[in-house]
Order: sequence, then C-alpha cells, then structure tokens
Amino acid sequence: MGEFTEAVGALVLKPANIRFKAIFYHIENSGLKALPIILLTSFLMGVVIAFQGAVQLEKLGANIFIVEMVVISVTRELAPLITAIVIAGRSASSYTAEIGAMKITEEIDAMKTMGFSVWNFLIIPRVFALMISLPLLVFFAGIVSIAGGMVVASLQLGISFEEFTLRMQESVEIKHVIIGLVKAPIFGWIVAVVGCFRGFRISNSTESVGRYTTISVVDAIFWVIAINAVISVFLTQMGL
Amino acid sequence: MSSLIVVKEIVTKFGKNIVHNGVSFEIKKGEIFGLLGGSGSGKTTLLREMILLQKYSSGSLHVLGSDIKKLKDIEANELRDRWGVSFQFGALFSSLSVLENISIALKEYTNLSSSAIKKAALMKLSMVGLPQSAAYLYPSELSGGMKKRVGLARALIRDPKLLFLDEPTSGLDPKSARDFDELITTLRDTLEITVIMVTHDKETISSVLDRFIILGDAKVQFFGDIEALRASKNKSSRDFVDGE
Repeated sequence: MGEFTEAVGALVLKPANIRFKAIFYHIENSGLKALPIILLTSFLMGVVIAFQGAVQLEKLGANIFIVEMVVISVTRELAPLITAIVIAGRSASSYTAEIGAMKITEEIDAMKTMGFSVWNFLIIPRVFALMISLPLLVFFAGIVSIAGGMVVASLQLGISFEEFTLRMQESVEIKHVIIGLVKAPIFGWIVAVVGCFRGFRISNSTESVGRYTTISVVDAIFWVIAINAVISVFLTQMGL
Repeated sequence: MSSLIVVKEIVTKFGKNIVHNGVSFEIKKGEIFGLLGGSGSGKTTLLREMILLQKYSSGSLHVLGSDIKKLKDIEANELRDRWGVSFQFGALFSSLSVLENISIALKEYTNLSSSAIKKAALMKLSMVGLPQSAAYLYPSELSGGMKKRVGLARALIRDPKLLFLDEPTSGLDPKSARDFDELITTLRDTLEITVIMVTHDKETISSVLDRFIILGDAKVQFFGDIEALRASKNKSSRDFVDGE
C-alpha cells in the first residue's frame, strides 16, 4: 500500500514515466472487450428487476413507482456492482495468471535486473486502466438496465417510454447516478490491485497459478461487495 | 588485477534453513568465474544475491566497488546499468518479439533513434550467432537454445562490464552447449567483460572457467582453478569435474 502510493507519487512528479501505451492496451482488453457481456447482463438485470417489481406494484396499484424502483436501484447500486463483478471474473483472474506466469518464467526477475519497475510496467497500467474503464462501463450498464426496465414497464404495466422518462426526470435525483459513478473507480481499483497482488504471490508451481487465480476472483468480488456495503451505510448515515 | 566482486562471510537463512554460512571469495576483472555445487547448495541463491534479487542475512557483498546492501534506489539502478543477466530459460518477455526483447533497455534508457536501436540490436543478434530472420519471431516460436542466445543478446545490449549467466548450457544438446561455451569465451576476449556463471556442465567447467568455487554444506568447499582441484585431496569436490 505504501509502495503503491510512493509509485503513484513518483509518477505524478514525473508524468513522462507513465506508460500510456500499456494503459490503453489494458483499457481495450479489460474494458472495451468486456462491454458486450456487461451490456447483456445489465439489460437482463433491468428486465428482471422491473418484472419482479411490476408484479408487486400492480397489486398495490402503484404502477408508476416502477420508475423510481428501477432507476434508483440500478444507477446507485446494481450497475456498479454487476459491472465490478463481471470485471472481477474477467480481469482479476487474468491479471493474476499473467503476472504469475511472468514470475514462473523469470520475466519479473529479468525486468528487475534491467532496472524496470514492476510498478510502472505491470501494476499501475492495470490499476489505471480499470479505474478509467469502470465508470464508463457503469454508465453504459446503467443506461441499458434502465432500457430493460422501460421495456418491461411498457409491456407489463402499460407505462409508455415517454411517461417513463418524464417520471424519471421529475422524481429521480441526479445524486444516485453520481454515487454510482463515483463508486466505479473504487471498485476498479480493488479488482486491479487484488488481481495484481495475488499474481505476485504465485510461486514456482503450476498448481499455485490455479489456486491464486481462484483466490483472486473470490477476494476481488468479496472486497467489492464489502466496500460497497460500507459506502452504502456511510452515505445513508450522511443522509445522501 | 582488481576484484570486481568481493563476497565476505555471507550468511543466508530461509527460516531455520541455513543456505550459506560464511561464504567468502573474490572475482577478478576479466575472468570467467563459476559458481558450482550440488542441487540445493545455494549457488543460484548466491547469484540472485549479487544481482539484487534476493537479500542475504549478514556479511558483505561488494559489486563493482559498491556495497550492495547500502545502495539507494538510484544507485541500484546505476549499478544495474553496468551488468547483464541471462536467465536459465531465457526469461524473454513473451509479448515482445526477439528484436524488441533485445532492444527494450535501449528504448527505455537512451534517446537513440529507433533506427540506431534496431541496428545495435541486430548487431547483438548476430554476435550471439542467430540469423537476422530470427529478429521478428516471438519467444514462443524459438527453441530452448535460441531463447538462451536471445537472452544473452538482451543481456549484452548495454555493453555491460559484468555478465551473469544462470546455467547457460543446461538443456542444450552437446553441440549447442559447446558452441555456447565458445561464444562466452569469445565474448570475454573481444569485449573484455567479466563473466559469472552458475553451471554443472563438466565440459564447461574444465574448458571455459578460469576459476570457480564449489559450494557444499553451506560453505565454500573449494576455491581455485581446475588444476588445483585435480590436485586436491577432497574427493567429493574432485567428483564435480572428473566423477562419473
């Protein structure tokens, strides 16, 4: 943790050392290429929430509240969470396996003897890439989930798209969207850091690659959920 | 001749396991020096301590005149500038081509134009006996022997004063192994570098090494050249070179 801050600090003082090419490479691989699966899962999630909610709300005759239910839960909690979980499954595992394989083939040692910092070359590009990609992914995930909710609302409850968007503008505060987007880079940081550090724990056996890759995904998902809970409690206490 | 590396009373412990218990020797400028010993005798550990990959518990280790335990980060990087390391299996960066692997240090640390870097890299490639056509292959497309040669070319790119080799001939067929030995000797003669290698190839020991140490029981069992070893009374040390 201290070394991480030190490495980031050194880069802030000397931005020429930031490896933009590596960051873009990881944004493409961990962010852009994850977009289709994230859009699909988010859409389905929006559909499911709206569908389950519709059944209950219809009983109460409170059809129009489907809008608040879908939009707030999705933008504030579910889109960031689902995105982070998908990214944890995709990228925490691949970061761990990549770095672990580099350790086994002595590539990491070779880098060190050539004076290349593993922070600048391996860790920071991955961490920055996820911290940049996650908010964007969460943004699109939110839009698609809401679209899923709108489709169900119109089919099941007869709420037209215009009604839905109008109600959304009137009754949903922008703070929910902002909270969701602020959480995203935090989740990105968690997934990348857990993935990288588990990779460095891999020792000279193929068995440990499997073990640490598993641990890395489980840890990443656990910490995302745990930190999300802490943030949620904290913000509620603050009255946000 | 001055000593480039001075090792004094090095002690290395992993938990309760004592790997080195007071290991001392010196390596002179321009010699090809061997670190020998049975499996688990700590020869690779000793090499890793010299190149700042591992820490030792006590004693002192001077490389090129600096005490490596007291180095600041910047000084450590300056020192790394002056040596090259070639790993047992090459340790090439798998995402980079052969040419990129060889030239990466120049790309990162110098302001040379990309054509000058390419020229230097191709020169090192032919120096280690590889054809120009290998330059655009990736590590996964190379044989074990070629990987070692590329690793050596990468280690030589910044014209180091010191060259560390981890088992340079292991896993090679006898012909390639002898070629590699010859290459090392030629490099030493033409570039005036000092070579430190971990090896247990008997041919290499008797034909290439100027002097060597044999590690055993966490101590230096033998320190000297091949004639001295053949004349010595210690049979287990002699078996290293002449045993079956």
